[in-house]
Amino acid sequence: MKVSVTVNGSPVTAEVPDRTLLVHFVREEAGLTATNVGCDTSSCGACTVLLDGQSVKSCTVLAAQADGRAVTTVEGLAGPDGELHPVQRAFRQEHGLQCGFCTPGMVMAAVSLLAENPVPTEDEVRLGLEGNLCRCTGYHNIVRAILAASEEGAAGALTAIGAVHEEQVS
Amino acid sequence: MIPAAFSYKRAGSVGEALDLVAEHGEDAKFLAGGHSLLPLMKLRLAVPEVLVDIGRLGELSYVRADNGDIAVGALTSYHDLAGSSLLARELPLLACAASQVGDPQVRHRGTIGGSLAHADPAADLPAVILALDAVLVARGPSGVREIAAADFFVGLFESALEPGELLTEIRIPRPAAAGWSFQKFTKRAIDWAIVGVAVTGSRVALVNMGQQPVRASAVEQALAAGAAPRDAAALAADGTSPPDDLNGDARYRAHLARVLTARALAEAAARG
Repeated sequence: MKVSVTVNGSPVTAEVPDRTLLVHFVREEAGLTATNVGCDTSSCGACTVLLDGQSVKSCTVLAAQADGRAVTTVEGLAGPDGELHPVQRAFRQEHGLQCGFCTPGMVMAAVSLLAENPVPTEDEVRLGLEGNLCRCTGYHNIVRAILAASEEGAAGALTAIGAVHEEQVS
Repeated sequence: MIPAAFSYKRAGSVGEALDLVAEHGEDAKFLAGGHSLLPLMKLRLAVPEVLVDIGRLGELSYVRADNGDIAVGALTSYHDLAGSSLLARELPLLACAASQVGDPQVRHRGTIGGSLAHADPAADLPAVILALDAVLVARGPSGVREIAAADFFVGLFESALEPGELLTEIRIPRPAAAGWSFQKFTKRAIDWAIVGVAVTGSRVALVNMGQQPVRASAVEQALAAGAAPRDAAALAADGTSPPDDLNGDARYRAHLARVLTARALAEAAARG
């Protein structure tokens, strides 16, 4: 079937088999390979992207279910001039990554978390990350990064991304 | 992993969804959030030839007060249940249980109707709905019918829905007693409950203690006869047939049921 998804603000249209998963659409049709396939069983969260602003595990969503909607991947967070999103900046400053495999999913889960709860407690951050596994067990710095991003007002930056998408979709 | 090939159809209305499934018969399945069905399809444990996507039927996503009941649309996501101010006020048991299903990503996609129709005895909401004495509304080729929660879960992954019927609404009477609790025990945050307990007033239902969610009848009868909650909770595993699996054997589950029921009754009493 023909699937059209607005990925990071740009329309991507492709003829794909009905059974195509969103993560494969993003990697192979949109050519954006930061989103990783980790466990492939909706456990690890490495494939987390935003679908209409909400975090989802793209290994458990059909591309067809995202047809006509807006998807944001980690590649879509930085500004047009390459300026990092506050969550990305915080992950770098707090060393919120080790091997980096879970990072794109962690960052997107964090962006969704802060959009819903701009000033979370540390417990709320830990609970909000229950769908994301770090195989290096580097959770402490990830949590620190998200708390730091919260202090920087990362939620405001996300709202701006959501608004851009809505404009382009409608 | 990808599912076996199937044909994807998107329904624009409940009527169209029913027509599409009627057209394709037993080869077709409804797709709501897909968080029970798609994992099964990726493992090739489910191989439908046609998926009828009902995920965009906004008319089935709501929580509202209706003639003394709370009416919940079958496509309401766990996220929306957890965030509903009406549920927080009137049915906090349902909002609280929904906020503990899976993880945030799963809660954004998974729906109450999908969970109930899937009828997994390890899922949280079937037991909650059973404790709340809800009525499930289904639409099919021959019209609308109401099914009591007590009659809905008939076996392992088996509900009372007939082929071609779509669960559209869950009607929940406002609980008479204020006390409630939801307890579950998992190894990791995102896991299914090894055992769970939902309590509202003096009604008690158990997660993962048999082929389907069950009421802890022995506990309820003891409470009705005036037993102390701690003594009643000791009967939580009576009449159940919990599974043995890699997460725990039946004896361990029976023990968990007694411990969690005692905690749930104590918490419900404190809230009531």
